[in-house]
Amino acid sequence: MPTILEVKHLTKKFDDNEVLKDVSFELKKGETLAVIGSSGSGKSTLLRCLNHLSPPDSGQILLEGVNINVPEIDINSIRADMGFVFQDFNLFTHLNILENVMFGPLRVRGMSRKESRTIALAEIERVGLGDKLNFYPAQLSGGQQQRISIARALALRPKLILFDEPTSALDPELTGEVLSVMAALANDGMTAIVVTHEMGFARSVADKAIFIDKGLILEQGEPNSMFTAPKNERTKLFLSNFVGME
Amino acid sequence: MVSFLNYAIRILPDMLSGAWITVQLSVVCISIGIFFGMILGVGRVYSSKFIYWIVTAYVEFLRGTPCLLQLFFIYYGLGDMGILLKPILAAGIALGINTSVYQAEYFRGAIQSIKPGQMVAARSMGLSKWKAVRYVILPQALRLVIPSSSNEIIYMFKYTSVAFAVGVPELLAQADLTGAMNFRYFESYVVAAILYTIMVFIVAKIMSTIEKKVYIPGLQLAQ
Repeated sequence: MPTILEVKHLTKKFDDNEVLKDVSFELKKGETLAVIGSSGSGKSTLLRCLNHLSPPDSGQILLEGVNINVPEIDINSIRADMGFVFQDFNLFTHLNILENVMFGPLRVRGMSRKESRTIALAEIERVGLGDKLNFYPAQLSGGQQQRISIARALALRPKLILFDEPTSALDPELTGEVLSVMAALANDGMTAIVVTHEMGFARSVADKAIFIDKGLILEQGEPNSMFTAPKNERTKLFLSNFVGME
Repeated sequence: MVSFLNYAIRILPDMLSGAWITVQLSVVCISIGIFFGMILGVGRVYSSKFIYWIVTAYVEFLRGTPCLLQLFFIYYGLGDMGILLKPILAAGIALGINTSVYQAEYFRGAIQSIKPGQMVAARSMGLSKWKAVRYVILPQALRLVIPSSSNEIIYMFKYTSVAFAVGVPELLAQADLTGAMNFRYFESYVVAAILYTIMVFIVAKIMSTIEKKVYIPGLQLAQ
């Protein structure tokens, strides 16, 4: 499979605080990459740097070989190609479920209402909420809202999807439905980067894992071997917090 | 009482024509107020520092001067400069501009009460800032602004009576005129007061109906 995303020497500072220090990794088409690490390690900032919600200070981000971390890039078209799923969903409050998922094709891609609707219906069906079309976000459970926000991202037909702790705001009994939607996507060949505290998901679904600590990638590789035999002391320590939780 | 009713019925046609002018004037100045209020409110939240200061200075200046001064400025002041406006037009513009700065503040409040995540989500999908304002922020702000905006609309409806001062034959002017012609100010003012009350009641009903019609679960100002 071809490489879809290559990140080289990415750095980001907030004032004097170096949040990302020389981060490099690559991702092939169809792969799921799990980014793990403790709170404040820079995981979410990394995601936000990739689509410039928080522009990086230096380094390269190559999306299908084209460096998008240059001033002359049209960031809006790049963002449309990178779906983003937020921890707290951020569905559009004033739109019902169908309109939320139609939003990308209609307002961003400029498709007709009819085409947008066809795409939206398919994506809503994919996340299993075809019976909620006329509901408003506030009328759904957190897990359902997150599934719709995944459908909203998918409706843009992105090249990859960035998940920013997609289950952290959910009650424990609701994480399962979201994780299984994500696992199905991974199976279907969607490329994804998932910042997560769900170690079970990282281990069983991801093709690759990255452990970030204080803005540095301390370890990366195949999740199973990383989880069973971490090489780095800090990875070992971090993972030991999760023993027995699965 | 019978004499009052007879008198009231006799002056009613004149009073109703005044009330009709009041309605027309209100529609004009409230429309101007909401339209420019929305633009000014958005400008105060989303534009560059430079525009922000211009808008802020404009709002503060208009809030800091009496409405009647603004009306006289536009009617007599501009008239002196050779810009002659019909009284009703001058009043519509002056009152519209006046109410727009208050509407602007309500819009600003409504926009700022929208969770930042809404804007971030729209931008993350590849929408430009202005398209995000158009498709995500304004549809929500327009709903959130209704309760406070309604107060301003009702206030403005009554405040159109200052147009009397430049000779617009609206309801208060008609009350004054019929009162003077018949030497019966008291009754004329009572009839005007009743008509204002009825109209304001209808306006309030219309606003609360609109508020219910556009209600969306989960979209309301934080308590």
